[in-house]
Amino acid sequence: MSATQSGSPLPDARIIGEQAAAWLERRERGGFTEEDNTAFEAWLAESAAHQTAYWRVRAAWERANRLSAFGPQSDVLRKTRAPEKSSAQLFRRVAAAMVAVVALGAGAAFYFSQSAPPADLTYATTVGGKKAIMLTDGSRIELNTDTILRLDGANRRKVWLDKGEAYFDIHHNASHPFVVIANGHRVTDLGTKFFIREDADRLEVALIEGRASLESVGKKSKPQILTPGHFAVATASLTSVTAKPVATLANDLSWRNGTLIFRGMTLADAASEFNRYNRKKLLVNDPKVARLKIDGTFPANNVEAFLDAVQSALKVRVEDRGSEAVISH
Amino acid sequence: MTTPQLEGWFVREVLPLEAALMQFLRQSWPNKSELDDLRQEVYVRVCEAARKEIPYPAKPFVFAVARNLLVDRVRREHVVSIETVSDLDALGVAVEEPGPDRNAMARQELRRLQAALDQLPPRARQAVLLRKIEGLSYREIAVRMGIGEDTVSEHLSKAMYALADTLYGDPLGGKS
Repeated sequence: MSATQSGSPLPDARIIGEQAAAWLERRERGGFTEEDNTAFEAWLAESAAHQTAYWRVRAAWERANRLSAFGPQSDVLRKTRAPEKSSAQLFRRVAAAMVAVVALGAGAAFYFSQSAPPADLTYATTVGGKKAIMLTDGSRIELNTDTILRLDGANRRKVWLDKGEAYFDIHHNASHPFVVIANGHRVTDLGTKFFIREDADRLEVALIEGRASLESVGKKSKPQILTPGHFAVATASLTSVTAKPVATLANDLSWRNGTLIFRGMTLADAASEFNRYNRKKLLVNDPKVARLKIDGTFPANNVEAFLDAVQSALKVRVEDRGSEAVISH
Repeated sequence: MTTPQLEGWFVREVLPLEAALMQFLRQSWPNKSELDDLRQEVYVRVCEAARKEIPYPAKPFVFAVARNLLVDRVRREHVVSIETVSDLDALGVAVEEPGPDRNAMARQELRRLQAALDQLPPRARQAVLLRKIEGLSYREIAVRMGIGEDTVSEHLSKAMYALADTLYGDPLGGKS
């Protein structure tokens, strides 16, 4: 359909939008003189299109002030995090480019104390806490519960995960790869996104999309290249790689929106997951009860809801002792 | 209605409708290169009306203005494609469509900001982050990025223009 030559054309929104952005930028820069201001006011008064275009760019720029929430000290991201799982599209984006690295490491601090540079930055969360860090290269790191992570002060493409679990959404730079060191192993990002978890004495790496390499620090072993679906478990002496469905690996990231997703998980494992996030500890002593399987999605910080659910679904008994709860039959 | 009041209303009530408005315009208007111009004209008409009296609620009013604008354009241009007419008839659907609720929008704000940032060219994004997160001056940003202050200006100005489009027109990152 070619009808635009008749009828008066509308003002060009792109040109006006760029002018509006240019004015906003000049004001942002500072040194805006009286003369500048007169010219600016005259431009604004020229048409309602100028005015609405200016309001629009200014409103967007002010919205971007919220980015300061990504600052290292802020918890705002945690409070306002969108539930990824509610959107198939977002879920795909998360799942699409994710390397999951799970590190279990009490000995972690030992490995890194010598190699850490003096100027690094330490970020930590308490039990049940979460924190997001935005790096200036556009990369984002989210810390899960009870986690310690150090960022190399000189080289901001290198971090040490001393404890806990973190999700990395890395702005890829082929000439300057992002490196995570955890529990005596080095994970090098060859793609874009990944997450890491540390527990006791091992490191787990799961990859959804992209590529990562995993190798031992200080050992002459061949780096393991991980591709989507790979789930690697590395201990001091051994690295094993298995394939898992990508959707299962994505469940392991549910903590990012404050939930735990269990699929056929034993009650013992589910309880120990909850114990990572809460001060109130769950004890499952009876081996028969411990082997019961559970499915479901639970708020990570709501032990009571979980206990209610297992009580009614699995017909088990819960004895609440305040700081701990014992599940038996 | 003073100008600041009008601006406040426009930012609060009208701009959040932009994604839905653009979707409607896309579906209704065959000439894709005119969509931004149409959007701009809708805003002009909406604000001119609102200066006299604030329409409440805003959403049906904005879409009624959009519909009337399209009807005007169709008449003026003398050429009416069949698709345009039928799409105009189907307009009621878009008006009834529930918008995202306010709380959900608030929760998703940071995610949207991030998605918008992801779409900026890397240097422009870096300049925005240094400005907004680290709160650096132009001079400091210039030093950090190894560029001149005028180049910082260019990056930020481009980013401002692009952020308005992605944050309001395309908050989910162009996949909708």
